[in-house]
Amino acid sequence: MLGLKQRGIAAGRKTYDWIEHRLGLIKPLAKAAEHQTPSSNASWLYVFGSAATVLLVMQVMTGILLALVYSPSANEAWGSLQVLNHNVAFGWYLRALHGWGSDFMIAIVLIHMAQVFLFGAFKFPRELTWIFGVLLLLLTLGMAFTGQVLRFDQDAYWGLGIGASISSRVPFIGAPLVHMILGGPIIGGATLSRFFTLHVFVIPGLLLAGAAVHIWMTLLHGVSEWPMPGRLVRKSTYEREYHELSEKKGIPFVPDAAWKDAVFAAAIIFAVMACAFFFGPFGPNGQPDPTIIQTAPKPDYPFLWIYAVLAFLPPSIETPVMLIVPVLAIAGMLLLPLFASQGERHWARRPVAVLTVSVIAVSLGIFTHLGTYTPWSPVMVAWSSDSVPPRYLHNRTPLQRQGALVLQNKQCRNCHSLDLVGGQRGPALDSIASRMTEDQIIRQVLQGGGNMPAYGNALNPSETKALVSFLTTLRGNDLPSAIDASRDLTHASENRAPQHTGSQPISRNP
Amino acid sequence: MSELLKYPGESDTDNLPPEGKKAAHSRRAFLFKLSLLLNGAVGTVLAVPLVRYLLGPAMKKDSATGSWISIGEVSEFSIGKTRLVDFQSPVASLSDGETAKIPCWVRRASAQQFQVFAVNCAHLGCPVRWFVQSKLFMCPCHGGVYYEDGSRASGPPERGLFEYRSKVTNGSLMIHAGDMPTLATHASCAGKSLIQIEPASNAMGSKSC
Repeated sequence: MLGLKQRGIAAGRKTYDWIEHRLGLIKPLAKAAEHQTPSSNASWLYVFGSAATVLLVMQVMTGILLALVYSPSANEAWGSLQVLNHNVAFGWYLRALHGWGSDFMIAIVLIHMAQVFLFGAFKFPRELTWIFGVLLLLLTLGMAFTGQVLRFDQDAYWGLGIGASISSRVPFIGAPLVHMILGGPIIGGATLSRFFTLHVFVIPGLLLAGAAVHIWMTLLHGVSEWPMPGRLVRKSTYEREYHELSEKKGIPFVPDAAWKDAVFAAAIIFAVMACAFFFGPFGPNGQPDPTIIQTAPKPDYPFLWIYAVLAFLPPSIETPVMLIVPVLAIAGMLLLPLFASQGERHWARRPVAVLTVSVIAVSLGIFTHLGTYTPWSPVMVAWSSDSVPPRYLHNRTPLQRQGALVLQNKQCRNCHSLDLVGGQRGPALDSIASRMTEDQIIRQVLQGGGNMPAYGNALNPSETKALVSFLTTLRGNDLPSAIDASRDLTHASENRAPQHTGSQPISRNP
Repeated sequence: MSELLKYPGESDTDNLPPEGKKAAHSRRAFLFKLSLLLNGAVGTVLAVPLVRYLLGPAMKKDSATGSWISIGEVSEFSIGKTRLVDFQSPVASLSDGETAKIPCWVRRASAQQFQVFAVNCAHLGCPVRWFVQSKLFMCPCHGGVYYEDGSRASGPPERGLFEYRSKVTNGSLMIHAGDMPTLATHASCAGKSLIQIEPASNAMGSKSC
């Protein structure tokens, strides 16, 4: 028995030697895995890079499996997703894994980036590692956008329209750029084909190659040590100091530090599996039929903040902001390590860095949250589906009730809410009469302004009369009606000699 | 050694003196540089068709895209009404599936006067919807609003709705359809100023495009 075991081990050893003598990769890889790293690096905050890599591998695997069934043709793509969802065993689960894996990957990549930034890990000699990281972030976002297009549904169709509309604003080459993106004059088969090519060949190739270079540089320079306040990075001394920390006092990366990476990677993959299982795949929603216009297109979660920003930009600066700010932001991220390659690493001594991350994180959070309920969009069905609160109709004259009908019928509710129901594009009307006088309401309704269309052409005099008489009853919780302060002054000046000559009537324009 | 074992090219540098080896190296280094040049030349010639193929869609002239098509008999449109019409895009290809169907809003302002609007909002291309009661087009994405004649009413768009060129031929309404309308690819708007942000009250009368 013992002899058999020994002979088995010897045979295994011989096979390994035979392979390694010819391959020559196993020993160097094992040595790289066991490299010495500073003992402070066995940290739960140092696990995001490896988790992103594991997610990338999972995305590649699930992507290849989905490609076995998916048909990248404008005719069949949507149908093939239905087949995946309903007719292929675990097809829905593979789609869910791929979709949730994408969201998780973006989240982990962003956390990884914030951690590296706050820890000053982009400084000498890791500048190029950071630059490759920024490119990897852009490629990851590119995967998310092109992947959303492959889910060839209504959102994908109109999302392409939004992409084309943004590109059309580029000066001089706008039209050729639109044709380049669409692959022709309209959104169609050629468009889907080129986004399939990008999503399946071009971007993954760049992403895998970029990730390989990124990891190679991490191995070459070692994972940066946990920063200490006051320990500055100097080009002349850093590498000697790091060598001291890693080679002399360090621990082997595998297994002493890597076990935390491994545990976190397993947790993340399990989280993706759980989300995929409980929440299912993303869409597809409606068919990509442009003639079905009863749709409110929205991008996927990672791009909701852009969708929100585009609603808030004033029209006059929109195009420059759209075209220039992304270039500046990306250039800033790429050039950051070149301008701050030395000095303090610890976040406690870098208030601007902490402030930057905080402001960006809060802004992205707020805009994404706004993007989930789009208060700037008219609610297209509010006029016919939302009711007028009964208390606004109690003890009202027939004319006023008629006005409530006009309010509904003319789609006012699409942009204005009553009792928190309705659109939020314009101000809520519950207490409008306490803010505007009857004259001001009439002027605003008929002439519009302040981002409201003029209704002069859409209302006849009796409708206007009824609508305004209803609106003047809306005074919130019995707030006093708005008054025209200048009217009293005028009356006063008519009745007796003016006491304050030269005084201006108070302007109460809305 | 026999003749058979000789390298096919030249192999007799093995026995050369050091100066000879140096000269041979210099010659081979020159040949290598020459081969780089050769590959550069071949690569450049190869790149021409590849790049031309890649840029193909971008190199089409705008005026060459699209054609006049009929979108219905004049009698199908009531005077003073605006309604949605679908047409098959004349520039669609076989693989386009249902994306080859394009909708547009047709307004018959008077017996002879038609306006055909693209559904694509002039802001970012989302589909606008017509509300006959308030005589407004509203966009669900960012709240762009247009009057019945297509001019900008409010919201982020910086101009009115895109309008197809239209004419009546033999009792049918024809439009010139081609490119998906965007700020850069709407042929019938070429040469017109696109920025027309002004108070809604002033914009009412003026038509944009």
